[in-house]
Amino acid sequence: MMEIIKVGMADLNVTSYPNALTTLGLGSCVGVCIYDTKTKIIGMIHIMLPYSWGVKNNTNPAKFADTGIPLLIEKMEQLGAAKKNMVAKLAGGAQMFEVTRSEFMNIGKRNVDAAKKVLQDFDISIVAEDTGGNYGRTIIFYSEDGRLEIKTIGKGTKTI
Amino acid sequence: MNFSNSEINEMYLDVLKELGNIGTGNAVSALAMMIGRKINMKVPVVKMVKLQEVPEILGGAEIPVVGILLNVEGDIEGFIMFVMSQASAHLLVNMLMGTALNGYSEFTDIEKSALMEIGNILAGAYLTALSSLTGFKMIQSVPQLAEDMAGAILSFPAIQFGETGDTALYIETEIFEESSRIVADFFLIPTIESYQKMLKALGVA
Repeated sequence: MMEIIKVGMADLNVTSYPNALTTLGLGSCVGVCIYDTKTKIIGMIHIMLPYSWGVKNNTNPAKFADTGIPLLIEKMEQLGAAKKNMVAKLAGGAQMFEVTRSEFMNIGKRNVDAAKKVLQDFDISIVAEDTGGNYGRTIIFYSEDGRLEIKTIGKGTKTI
Repeated sequence: MNFSNSEINEMYLDVLKELGNIGTGNAVSALAMMIGRKINMKVPVVKMVKLQEVPEILGGAEIPVVGILLNVEGDIEGFIMFVMSQASAHLLVNMLMGTALNGYSEFTDIEKSALMEIGNILAGAYLTALSSLTGFKMIQSVPQLAEDMAGAILSFPAIQFGETGDTALYIETEIFEESSRIVADFFLIPTIESYQKMLKALGVA
């Protein structure tokens, strides 16, 4: 029996076949999904910010790309996944509002860039992504084949 | 200042409740004047919520909502954001334009402008309240509107709060006009520097 496990904002989770992982209403946040092609172990993290340094309250590693992605990989390894078999998919990183203030500009893009940088450091290749734009996304990540389903309001559903 | 100190948090909430009261009072007066009818309000609810709970505020991360965002500049810098359910947004538009409810279809451009104008008025009302409590000058920008999933819209204030802590603060406003009940969540999101400046001026830092 397949179970769809929810991942909250600034949270992460791992599971194995036949389960799936989902996170609802991604806006500027980024959903990083990692799939072990051999063991069908999957992991998902819903990151809010690119880097933990310079942020006063950074007690939750899952909130940041730089601390959350390594933790996600570690949890997958604990479950039996191997880094060399891992591939990643990204979704989210939208710009929900056109903000004029430069320092707050496009946190979505900054999140995507940071996630890519961290994945690159771990030598995990990104096989698909659906990022940017100005709309929200709900994502479901299936352990069966690593497919990522992306639902939107008014822009339909697609699978990457 | 130490945010984990419950005594300070208590004082902080009291001051913000006062801000919520005065701001909502101002906003309701302005709206009543615009539509030429009496509007009632409920004493606003001021809450501290965990970031992870933020999308649940409006009934789930996937619920479609309307968000109105304004940029604030001057002595205090940051953002103001209103989030309403589509139902509340439609009621507000109907109240303002004197039209009848015709289902929750997509907003027309005129309705969107009306909502942004309401955002302007409400933001002005809250900023006037904050200004009279602190003496700070603040200028609001042109509002922007987005309709999308609650989680996606609320990720904006959540991320801004995320740079200061794991807790978000918001003011829930309820207004009534005859049988209509409108709920709007109001977020005041100052920058970290402005946050401290504001708290100091309000006498809680």
